[in-house]
Amino acid sequence: MIGVGGCVGYFYFSNIILDKVIFPAKGPQAGRNINRANKVRPWLFLFPAMFALGLYLAYPVVGSFWRSLFDRSGNNFIGLGNYADLFAGSSFRTAVFNNLLWILVVPAMATFFGLLVAQLTDRLKWGNIAKSLIFMPMAISFVGASLIWKFVYSANPDIGIINATRDFFGLSPVDPVQIPFWNNFFLMFILVWIQTGFAMVILSAALRGIPEETIEAAIIDGANPFQVFFSIKVPQIMGTIVVVWTTITILVLKVFDIVYTMTGGNFGTHILPSYMMTYMFRDDGRATAVAFVIMILVLPVMIWNIAQARKEMR
Amino acid sequence: MADLKLTDVEKAYGDVKVLSDINLDIKKGELIVFVGPSGCGKSTLLRMIAGLERITGGTLEIDGLVVNDIPPAQRGIAMVFQTYALYPHMTVRDNMAFALKIAKKSRQEIDAAVSRAARILQLDQYLDRLPKALSGGQRQRVAIGRSIVRDPKVYLFDEPLSNLDAALRVATRIEIAQLKESMPESTMIYVTHDQVEAMTLASRIVVLAGGGISQVGSPLELYNRPENEFVAQFIGSPAMNMIPGEVVETGPQTVVKLEGGGTARADIPTNDGDKGLKVNLGVRPEDLTATDGEEFLYRGQVEIVEALGELTVLYFKPDGRERPMLAKLPGTHAEMRGRNVKLIAEPDRIHLFHNGKSLLYR
Repeated sequence: MIGVGGCVGYFYFSNIILDKVIFPAKGPQAGRNINRANKVRPWLFLFPAMFALGLYLAYPVVGSFWRSLFDRSGNNFIGLGNYADLFAGSSFRTAVFNNLLWILVVPAMATFFGLLVAQLTDRLKWGNIAKSLIFMPMAISFVGASLIWKFVYSANPDIGIINATRDFFGLSPVDPVQIPFWNNFFLMFILVWIQTGFAMVILSAALRGIPEETIEAAIIDGANPFQVFFSIKVPQIMGTIVVVWTTITILVLKVFDIVYTMTGGNFGTHILPSYMMTYMFRDDGRATAVAFVIMILVLPVMIWNIAQARKEMR
Repeated sequence: MADLKLTDVEKAYGDVKVLSDINLDIKKGELIVFVGPSGCGKSTLLRMIAGLERITGGTLEIDGLVVNDIPPAQRGIAMVFQTYALYPHMTVRDNMAFALKIAKKSRQEIDAAVSRAARILQLDQYLDRLPKALSGGQRQRVAIGRSIVRDPKVYLFDEPLSNLDAALRVATRIEIAQLKESMPESTMIYVTHDQVEAMTLASRIVVLAGGGISQVGSPLELYNRPENEFVAQFIGSPAMNMIPGEVVETGPQTVVKLEGGGTARADIPTNDGDKGLKVNLGVRPEDLTATDGEEFLYRGQVEIVEALGELTVLYFKPDGRERPMLAKLPGTHAEMRGRNVKLIAEPDRIHLFHNGKSLLYR
């Protein structure tokens, strides 16, 4: 109530002040005043939105960048020192490399599985049940999901299903999250597991939107199910696939919880956000520098994503 | 370029039979039109021939081979859809070439087939466009081109003109007629609910109603000698008038006394046993003429006059009838409104039906 009233009041009174007080439509300069008032008016309407955006988006970006130029105490200006340190350190480079892997693997796998499930469950009677089950991980927080997978990956054969299986075949237990390099993929798989549901729902809707006749025409033209899928269906939903892909990519660049919970970045599994978290509250200058690197990495994907979504809407 | 034979074909969804006892012989080079009211199963029948719907009973033969269980692509058919069904992400050229690419034809073969089809349909200059950059008529031509390229045994058209506006519909109809003429060997099956399309295109029309075939015949056969009341009223516009009556004189000509006091003489032979038979007399609005004589077939007051210039349609007061009596007179008769008019028709233009069946076909 107060918010709506405030908005109405703001627009009403600001316009009155503009028309009556600043540029009154009277006197010798009435015509000129009306023109001037009309030039100012759009800015009156834009101001609240621009103010809010400035306060909550632009200021933090600038503020973060400014903070990243100071040392851990926040008192001494050190220029690009934090950035120089970052790029010199090997753990940062590991994090960047791992992050690249995440960006390449997770969206690809999640989209691929999502598409696969969407297609396979399309005509099934129990398809909706299968879809609900696959969608369910979406409702679990990353930390919760990580805990579940901690059990799955547990080195104790009585707890972890992987080691229970190995035990069954008489193999000695391993700790998946400690296997160098491959442990990254085990962590990624958790996010794939979560995001497949998202990809599936969107792609399933897109598949439903394909005109049935084009598929029938392809069948008459002699296309087998694979050709129908890859030559007729996939190209028609390419726009949606790209949006899903980029959306998941952006999400990947933000996820730190999984790494943080599973390994805490040990065993060479750091990615940029989790790396940032290790410096947070200890060396804010360095943490904001990492944040800034992440932002610059996200930016192109973001722009592309928005461009695609706009194209979709047309 | 093939004969089709449907024997006792039937379609059921679970326990519900939507089509049954479909028997039809289609000869090479014919253009068969399926017509019928919506929901009569004409599209379903076409899709069964195409192989998009399973045939649940009976057999379908193409060139003597039972194809019930043969997938659509191997039946040698091509289909043009109402909504064009072009692949939106492919150019006109790729749309037409798709079937041939799937069939792994050589480049030269594909190019030759595509440019031949494009020439026939005057699509040469649009080959590199996407479907969305084409008009409705052009899109439908591409869809037809996609069929031609495959050189099928049977062409199937599923209401190809319904999505076009009136002017384009006429133009495209003529194009289809010309296409058929340029390929006299090809067999075509065409589904429509538009009578004009059916009458102008068909070599034979199949009227479907109530889950079965009502009558099969050439357009004029259906118009002049309808087998039953349904066909009589379905073919021709406005629909045929029906007046209940009773046979009073039999012989080579039959005289019928009608409700409303009229009498009519019909060129339909009957025998003595038919005296007193309850019949429905059918007469087309265009076969009626106004008369001042003693004898009349129908008498009534004109309620509405539609003067179309070349002809005038008279709507009579219903007087308890389900549908008003209609007459279509040549010339302009705007003055007829509100008048009492007597109508008469030639004996050879009158149809008699008993229990819905024509007395001609007993």
